[in-house]
Order: sequence, then C-alpha cells, then structure tokens
Amino acid sequence: MLYIFCPHCGSRSQNEFAYGGDATVKRPDLNNEISDQEWNNFVYLRKSPRGKHLELWHHISGCRQWIKVERDTSTHEIFKTYKADELIE
Amino acid sequence: MSQDFRLDKIGMVNRNKKISFTFNGKKYFGYEGDTIASALIANGVHLVGRSFKYHRPRGFFGVGVDEPYAILQLERNNERDPNIRATEQEIFEGLEVKSVNCWPSVNFDIGAINNFLKMFFPAGFYYKTFMWPPSFWYKIYEPFIRMAAGFGEASTKHDKERYEHKYEYCDLLITGSGPSGLASAYAAAKNGARVILAEDKPRYGGSLLTSDVNIGNQTGTEWSEKIITELKSMSNVIVKNRSQVFGYYDHNMLVMSERISDHLPKTQKYLPKQRLWYIRAKEVLISSGSIERPLVFGNNDTPGVMLSSAAKEYMKVYGVLVGKKPLIFTNNDSGYETAIEFKKNGVNPLILDTRKEPSSDIISEAKNLGIEIKFSHVVVAAKGYKKVKSADIAKISDNKKELSNIENIECDCICVSGFWTPSIHLASQSGNKSEFNEKIDAFIPKKSKQNENTIGSANGKFTLEETINEAFDKGYEVSNKITENNNKVSIPTVVEKKSSEHDKFWCVPLPKGKSYKRFLDFQNDVAVTDIELALREGFRSIEHVKRYTTLGMATDQGKTSNLNGLQLVSDIENKVVPQVGHTTFRPPYTPVTIGAIVGREVGKHSKPTRKSPMHEWHKKNNAVFVDAGVWLRPRYYKQGNETLFEASKREAKNVRKNVGVCDVTTLGKIDVKGPDAAEFLNRVYTNAWLKLPVGKARYGVMLREDGIVMDDGTTTRISENHYHMTTTTAQAANVLSHLEYYLQLVWPELNVNVVSTTEQWAGAAIAGPNSRALLMKLFPNTDVSNEGLPFMGYKEADLFSIPAKIYRISFSGELAYEVNVESDYGNFMWEKIIEVGKEFQIQPYGTEALSTLRIEMGHVAGSELDGRTIPHDASLEGLVSKKKDFIGKRSLSRSAFTKPDREKIVGVVPLDKTTSIPEGSYIVKDPKAKLPNPKLGHVSASCWSVEYDNPFSLAIIKDGKNMIGQKLFAMSPLQNKTIPVEIVSSHYVDPEGKRVRA
Ligand SMILES: [Zn+2]
Repeated sequence: MLYIFCPHCGSRSQNEFAYGGDATVKRPDLNNEISDQEWNNFVYLRKSPRGKHLELWHHISGCRQWIKVERDTSTHEIFKTYKADELIE
Repeated sequence: MSQDFRLDKIGMVNRNKKISFTFNGKKYFGYEGDTIASALIANGVHLVGRSFKYHRPRGFFGVGVDEPYAILQLERNNERDPNIRATEQEIFEGLEVKSVNCWPSVNFDIGAINNFLKMFFPAGFYYKTFMWPPSFWYKIYEPFIRMAAGFGEASTKHDKERYEHKYEYCDLLITGSGPSGLASAYAAAKNGARVILAEDKPRYGGSLLTSDVNIGNQTGTEWSEKIITELKSMSNVIVKNRSQVFGYYDHNMLVMSERISDHLPKTQKYLPKQRLWYIRAKEVLISSGSIERPLVFGNNDTPGVMLSSAAKEYMKVYGVLVGKKPLIFTNNDSGYETAIEFKKNGVNPLILDTRKEPSSDIISEAKNLGIEIKFSHVVVAAKGYKKVKSADIAKISDNKKELSNIENIECDCICVSGFWTPSIHLASQSGNKSEFNEKIDAFIPKKSKQNENTIGSANGKFTLEETINEAFDKGYEVSNKITENNNKVSIPTVVEKKSSEHDKFWCVPLPKGKSYKRFLDFQNDVAVTDIELALREGFRSIEHVKRYTTLGMATDQGKTSNLNGLQLVSDIENKVVPQVGHTTFRPPYTPVTIGAIVGREVGKHSKPTRKSPMHEWHKKNNAVFVDAGVWLRPRYYKQGNETLFEASKREAKNVRKNVGVCDVTTLGKIDVKGPDAAEFLNRVYTNAWLKLPVGKARYGVMLREDGIVMDDGTTTRISENHYHMTTTTAQAANVLSHLEYYLQLVWPELNVNVVSTTEQWAGAAIAGPNSRALLMKLFPNTDVSNEGLPFMGYKEADLFSIPAKIYRISFSGELAYEVNVESDYGNFMWEKIIEVGKEFQIQPYGTEALSTLRIEMGHVAGSELDGRTIPHDASLEGLVSKKKDFIGKRSLSRSAFTKPDREKIVGVVPLDKTTSIPEGSYIVKDPKAKLPNPKLGHVSASCWSVEYDNPFSLAIIKDGKNMIGQKLFAMSPLQNKTIPVEIVSSHYVDPEGKRVRA
C-alpha cells in the first residue's frame, strides 16, 4: 500500500485516496471549436508510461482535495506531491 | 502417564500442567508449552502424515515454520482449521488434530500405491496426462485431481471467530527475536526509537534458546530473558510473540499476523482469534535468522530423518528425545552441538562428518566427551518404511564421487545438517536483489531497496560475535537517523565454540546398482530424478523448472528445498548457482488464514450500513428492507400475508388514489454555494441554469465528458448564492468527486464551494392527489396552494415549530412534495405525517412501489442511466441546451451518437396483458430467427402498472421513436420465455404531465 504525502494533510495510506489518472491532461476550453480528433484525444487517449508519471489523486477520505503526485509507475517511488493549483503551465 | 522420550531435567515446558489432546482419535498427554510435534515425539509417535504425491509416510522434519511434513487438520470448538503445522501449533486441553492426505488411515493408506507406481508419476505428470481428449476433463480428470489434491479440508461452515486488523506506525520494525533481533532492538530502544519487535514463536531468543554460548557472562537464554524483560518494560517498545511478519510491501509497509488465541482452548472474551497488523515502519531490520539445510541421500524422507537443529531444539526447549540411537550426519559444526546435547542427556550418538580433517573447539569437546565420529563418511540411504530402523553408511572419497566400505548401522533417527540458508524472503519482497555468497553457498541480501537492512544469520553472519556486534551497531545507526539521541549502549563480550566453516558437499551419490529416491522437496515429493528429467526435457529457466516439477511450490514454499534444487540444476548445467538464479519470493512467508486477511469485514461488516433516521419506525411497521447502495431502505411494508407483489401494488395504488409517503433520506444532497454557483451549474448540467429564480427547483441532467449520462436530479435555488443539489442514491459520492474535480482542477477561477449534506437532512416524499390537503394540515401557516407553491417551487415552513423545507417535485407523476427537516427531527416529521395523514388514507410506500410509479410514468433511473446511454436514448434530449457549452457536450456530436436509428427509450406491453416481462429480456423482431438473433434492445425495468392493471416495461431499443405501435417479441433465454409485445410510448401514464401541475 502506497504512502502518499498530501500537501494539505501529511503522509497518509493509499486507502484514503482515489486514483484520478494523468494529471497533465488539460481540458479544452469551453465554447471553443475543436476537431473530433482533438476531442477524442482529450476524452480517451492516455499515455501509459513506464517510469515517472504525474498523476491525480483525490484525498477522498481526508481533506477531499485533488492533488498531483509524481510517481514512478514501475517502482511506485513517489518523488513529490503538489496541490491542485501547482504545476499549471 | 509414560512418555518414553521425555527427558526429566531439561526443557522449558511447564511440567506442572499436564494437557491432554487427541491425535487421529487417540488420546495423548503433553505439557503446557509443548507443540503437537514435541508432545507426539515425547510419546514416541513419528508417523503423522502422508506425502502429497506418493503418499509416503511422513514424520517431523523441523521444529518451526519450515516444517514440510507435519501438516495437520485441527478441530477447535466445532471449527476446522486445515494446514496446521504440528511444529508450530501449541497443544491445549481438548485439542483434536488429525492427519491429512491419507485414506483410510495414516498407518494404512491406499494412496501409497502411488509410491509403487512412481515410475508413472514423473515430473510434469499432470501436464502430460490430463490433456486429451478435452471431453475427459470435466467428468474424469477434474474429479480425479480434486480427490488427489490438497492437504486437509476447509470448513464449509461460517467461521464464528473474530479476526481484527490493526494499523501501527513505528520508527523501527525488527522481525525476529534471535540474537540479532534482541541486540538491535535493545540498542535502538535505548536510543529512543519507537520499536516493534516481532517473534513468530511463543518464546523469545531464537537460536539463543538452544546454543551453548555466553554473552556478557550470561548464558544465551539468561541474556535473552534479561533483554526481553527490559524491552517489555519500555514505553517506546512493542514486543509481540506468536507474530509472523509475512509480507513486505510498498513504501515500507509490512504485514504481520498475530496468533492471539490459537494456542488456547477457546478465544478469550474481548480478544480476537488472530490480529493482522499493517505496520508502516520508517526503518526495518530483518533478523529472521536462517533455516538449516538438509543433506540429500537415499530415502531421506523416511520418518526419523530430521534437521539436526530441530533435534537439538526438541531436547533443549521441550525436553524431548527424537531418538535413542541417533545418527548425526553433518557437513559443518552445527551437528556437533546436537550430538553433545544427546550425549549430555545420556544418549550415545554417532557423528558422520563429510569433512576429512576438520578442527574446532566444539569438535575437540565432542571427542573429549567420547562421542564416536567418522570423518569422510556419509549416509547412503535410510532404511525402514514408517520409521528409520537403520542406515547404510559409507566412506566417501576426497573428490566426493566414490563410495566405499558400505555398511549397515542400526539407528532410530538421522539428524542432518547441510549448513544454513539465510531467510532472505522479506528483503527479497522489499525489492532487494540478493547475491550468492560462495562462502556459505546461499543467497544473502545485497543493496537495500526500501528502508530495510538485514542482520545476523539472515545476512549470512554465522558467528555470534559478528552477529551481536553488527546488530548493536545497526540498531544504533538506524535509530539515530530518526531520533538523533546519540545514546549508544556498550556491546557485551561473546564466547562461542563452533566455527562457521562448512563442507560444500550436499548430495550423496548413488551407490552402483541402487536407485534410491533422493528427495529435494519433501512436501511435494520432488526427487533428484524429477529435476534431472525436467532438464532433459528442455526446461532451463529455474522458474520453469519450479513449475514443471512443483519444487518449492508447496505450503512450505520450499524453505528447506530451494537451495538444494538450485545446486542440482547448476551441477547438471555446469553453471554456478548465481547464474541459475533463484525463484521469486512472494508474500506470504508463511500461510495466513483467510479469516485474518478478511478481518472484521465479514457479511454486514464488509461495508457500513447506513440507515435513515426513520429506520426504527419502518422496522416497527413491518418494513421489509432492501440494500440500496450502502443504505437499507424499506422495500415494502408487509400487511398480513401479503407478498412483495401484492404489497407494492397496494402501496402504489394508494399513491395514485389517495396519498403515500416514502422515505427519501438516501438521496444524495450537495450544497453548492458561492457567487459563481449559477455559472458552475450551467457548466455541469446540460440545461440552462443562469436564470433559475430564488425559490425554484429545476430538474437537471449531468454528463461525463464522453457524453454518457452520469446522473440526474433536481437542484433548488435556496438563496442568491446557495443551491441545494440532489443526486441519485447510488451516484451521490461520484457526483461530489466530479464537482470537486472541476472546481479544483479545471475551473479554479470559479468561486464556488461544494459539500455533501446527505446526512444532514431527513426527507419524506408525499405523493398522491390528497397530498396538498395533507400539506395544508401539516403547515397551516404556509400557503401551499397551486399558486402559493407551484410545481417546482420551494418554500421554507415550520412543521409544528420544526424548521422544514418543502420542495414541490415529483418522481411518481402525481401531485407531490418533498419535505426535508434536519436529520434529528426526521422521525418526528415522519410520525406527524403519518398521524395527520390518516384522514387522507395515507400509507407508507417502499422502493418497489416507488419503482412502479416511476416506470409507468416513464421516468428514467439507474437501470436506464446505466453508463451506456446519452440524453437522447433516455428521451432527455429536450434538456440539452444548444446555446451553451457544458461538460460532455462536444461528445454528443460524435457520429455514433447522432445516428438516426440511435437507441431510444420506449414502453413495452405484453399482448396478452398478463405476462410480466423479465428485466433484461431482449427485444427482437423474429423469435425464430437464426442465432445469434439480432437484438433491437433490452428491457431495462418492469412493473405491474397499477393505473391499467397489466404488466408494463421500459426498454431501450434501436430507432425506438419509430418503433411505437409495432408488434415485437421480448425474449428471455435465461427464463426461457418468449412474449409477444407491443411497443408503446414510455410515458404510459399521464403523458401530458397534468397531475404534477394540478
Ligand atoms: Zn489531504
């Protein structure tokens, strides 16, 4: 069971969290013309990298904040965690 | 009582407490502190089971977790526990155990015929035999394999015992209380670290209990007792015996199984049988010790052949002799300790040492005691079927290939020592890649992967001095990283006699003309010839050899067999062991009961049960409950001998005719607050929200980004910046997460907060033509007329001085209201509604009637919004705004979602107006069409329409809009029914919606 550092609560066991997928996906802006392909990429296509991956976790049984976790998908090593409003380009 | 093999003056069992138990129906006695194994050996019993494949007689091989033979089945308080190791299970008054894998009895076992057919059971026998023809599998092969497979029988009854889970955090977890565990725990505890010390046996001390050593001018036992006593008195230390740390998982989480009551006749009050500990440790010291390695020779599985360290422990810990004519067969000094212990207890052993000219203090001591030693000698084969009676021994040449001077020697046990194998399982599970150490012919941990260090003999340190020094240092070092107390304790001096040199010899060659079975894996009957065959057949990877031969795959996970197996493969392949590599170690290290893994999460405890504040009232009024998500909801209220069908019909009819009340507390409720709340709802829902006035509710549909309907419900504008959202019972948690996702990550600029208020409000839906009349009596001071409180209106009111909220919304299609009060007033509200409603013929109704009412109105619910439907499919396209963007909108223009013959919801009525259509039925054009019959869609929900008194169903079918009026068929292959039906509008009752607006 992973041990995840929530920037709001501290280190907590994985069973307090829900996984939320790739944190680098950006939702297209509202009211923007967008091609089928682009929309398809946003809704369905996800990379599944081996190694470092920035992903979303929801501290569902804690502070209920969505956080970003930089994790190695093969070793489970967690390098750093961020608040939802951090790391936005 | 006579115990022929019990010694008087030695051992740690409590001689003042006799305990009786039965083994295979026969009564035996032992003492408190005995295991089944020690007590049976004291009684001269050595035959306890049969081997897995050949059903060869099985005795005792070890004295702890490594035991491959003595697997028994235990009965305790009418409960059955298979896969018990006799070497671990302590006896208690009334214990009943029996042998497994034998029939009709352990003494006379029919399956032993396999032993004589063993030429037909080579490696891979099952893979080769049970292949063809496929039709044989079900009726012939599978029953045969099932009959032959497995040790013991699991109980089919519900386990009444209680098992617990515990979460614990510590600075340092130490696994094993031998010399290295004790020393490191002491050093770390004295340096202020929070320590957990786990010991799998009942007694602390590990090898110190049985070795003749001196630490700080005390015997090993005295020293370990002193250290344990002091550790137990320290508030920063948890010391646990009968506790096996069996798994090392990610981020330094280890799991430990504590056997709290297994050694007692009955689980004590307020205590569980077993407790599973999830331990998150900052640092881990693995001090799990090592397991003696067998030597391989002919018939080396005969009862009476056992590890020399086991024989010593039976003497020193239990005061039990494993034999009176012992033969010690060793390639290192460990065998001498056992021999000396025999001698001290008046028994004359014979030592066969494979080495030519070894010397050490302990060998000198053995010589001085007059123990007979034959150097360069080996056991060729054990003789005797159910117990060793003699042994063929021989001189072995210096190159270890030739045998000479074969003679037969009488003996009743053969104690073997082929040196020691470090228990590296936990380190390996942590991710530590082990390395082969040539000096000890075994793998030891390499570089730490997580925060783990391995110490003592688990790390290949086989002298006590090295072990103690390393353990004190490590205990200080890892604790100081955490506490920075710099408090170092002094290391005691150590005296030990044996050396740690061993002979690299491990397998006795076969004498000419003999074909003795030489076993490697004692539980799965894997012999040298099986490995040889597997390699001849082309298996090379050690993982494949393992699976093909089943070497190391038994319940003991090859604790005594793995290394000898690797030695053999590397010998045949002319490789060195590190090239062969070892198989992967996976948790659990020892078997863990399913009960411990499950813990308290059994039956109704597997998830929380949520009850509404009105639950007790429902119970008192004969409600029959149904699980709705985690909630318990009344399904119907039984009157007399009513069936579910009759009751739900009565309740639904009463809503249509008079008035009914339904507990809707379970609906998800979310408060949405903030200046941007309207804008947020406008993006979340498919319909428009910017112009909803205060005091008005609106029905809304929300989608996922892929266009599929996620949930629906009404949301009410309570005040300027405050909305009250309702969700379905099932989706409440998902919807909240969904909203939080968009607010926190996608649109953080919106100033909105959401919070669940499901638990804060109790809800009652009052529905039916009399509902307004009832409301007028409940709220005499509030104008609830059609003008005062129109359809989709909202009002705050007081219910007999309790603040209440009235929403004029309807799920039944009737004139209806939903009244909410704070949860604590829920029961008061309910009782008032029932009391005041009497004159209007009010009746409570459950979820079954609720479904009937919504189905015949054509209201969609979970069975239609099943994760596959878009708004159009559920006839919700009228709620999809063309003007604004919202979550999932872009997906709706995908070609698959805009096809003209897209599925749509319809109503289905059987032509005979009597046959109910099973939910899940297919709608087809031609019931006799060739299979697979193309389906148009499926029936999502069925009810008995109380309005028309005939069956009615909802279905989602292709091109549904144009199918209305068609005569089709509903087919349920499951119930073998084909029902001619007519497709009608899904709005079966009051299609214009006049009643809700009345
Ligand atoms: Zn948190």
